[in-house]
Amino acid sequence: MTLAASSIGRKVMMALSGLFLVLFLTQHFSINLLSVFSESLFNQVSHFMGNNPIVQFILQPILIFGVLLHFTMGFLLELQNSKSRSVKYDSYKGSTNASWMSRNMILSGIVILSFLGLHFYDFWFPEMNYKYIEVLPLDADRYFEEMVHKFQSPARVAIYALSFIFLSLHLFHGFASSFQSVGVNNKYSKSIKSFTVIFSIVIPLGFIFIALFHHLTAF
Amino acid sequence: MNLTLKVWRQANADVKGKIETYQIEGISPDMSFLEMMDMLNEDLMSKGIDPVAFDHDCREGICGMCSMFINGEAHGPDRLVTTCQLHMRKFNDGDTITIEPFRAKAFPVIKDLTVDRSSFDRVQQAGGFVSVNTSGNTQDANAIPIDKHDADKAFDAATCIGCGACVATCKNASAMLFVSAKVSQYALLPQGKVEAIDRVLNMVKQMDEEGFGNCTNTGACEVECPKGISLENIARMNREYLFASLKG
Repeated sequence: MTLAASSIGRKVMMALSGLFLVLFLTQHFSINLLSVFSESLFNQVSHFMGNNPIVQFILQPILIFGVLLHFTMGFLLELQNSKSRSVKYDSYKGSTNASWMSRNMILSGIVILSFLGLHFYDFWFPEMNYKYIEVLPLDADRYFEEMVHKFQSPARVAIYALSFIFLSLHLFHGFASSFQSVGVNNKYSKSIKSFTVIFSIVIPLGFIFIALFHHLTAF
Repeated sequence: MNLTLKVWRQANADVKGKIETYQIEGISPDMSFLEMMDMLNEDLMSKGIDPVAFDHDCREGICGMCSMFINGEAHGPDRLVTTCQLHMRKFNDGDTITIEPFRAKAFPVIKDLTVDRSSFDRVQQAGGFVSVNTSGNTQDANAIPIDKHDADKAFDAATCIGCGACVATCKNASAMLFVSAKVSQYALLPQGKVEAIDRVLNMVKQMDEEGFGNCTNTGACEVECPKGISLENIARMNREYLFASLKG
């Protein structure tokens, strides 16, 4: 049996792609946070990320592959898991021995995936259209305004905030769990769990803060 | 104590089962859960009803046979016990208790509360052993020095009684805790290291073929395990499996 076809191999792929996405999330958050402090710095970094060939043609495809792998594998594993118990329990107390987050990764994952659809519609598709389809002239100062404009809709800010709450729940279990999947369960595990708690609260809350900040300070 | 019991009744693997409700009176809080089931069966037989089939053997928490899912938890509400070690004092007079078999595709129901756990035997047969040279010149195991830390961890893993509570409890019906305990008890010892690569590859392959679900690290198995087998064993098996896959 090849590694990719085995249950453990698939879990490792979930874990590694998840950890990669955590890294991406941190980087994305750092750039977004710049927008709170400096419009010009945010524009500069966004322009670099949007036009640097290494970012665009090497890192971006890797990122898309990572996202696709993570959710495809997630759905595949969930499908297999749903077949592993054909007759369900009449009484099942899942909450007595496992957290809500760990038992509902597929639910939080679906919310995050739906959010990604909206996020792509809001930012990624217009960006691809601007650069590669309509091939409009380079404008290094457009990014901040484009972002602030998107956050004028209260409904959009509310959807973003709700999605980030689910991202927090997803990270709460997923981040530390990734280490267990790749075989790390040792004296550092307690610290990894503590870091997971901090990360899964601070980063999503930070994203919500940024969205609210631009919503409230635009005018 | 007077109780209402909602018990899964299923004549055999080929027919559908259903929950039947029975009333039982005069239960002592000092009885074990299995003794309460014995009383239920005596009562049912006196009324000409087929007794409830359930697995049991040693009745002292060692054999791993008693396999009931009681009020939504494997081996009931107590921790670090098998069903035979669960006492009726954990319940209250007038309680309704739901009793179901361990449910998993890999644990088909034989009758009522008894399930076929031979899938565990097949996983064990795939590599859960150390091949011994029986030519007469076998080295005394005690002559090989073993780090106390490793010996303790191997022993902890070896306390797994293969009851299947991990599978029954896991929302995915995953057998990772059982298989990882069996892999770990050998992986930590020099005698087991010789066949370590084949062992983990073959046991995981068999586990997957039996139709168990995938581990999602909820940790429910560790909480419900009557022997307190640690999730550390699953991480060790993941490491062993990755290493074995990459090496060949």
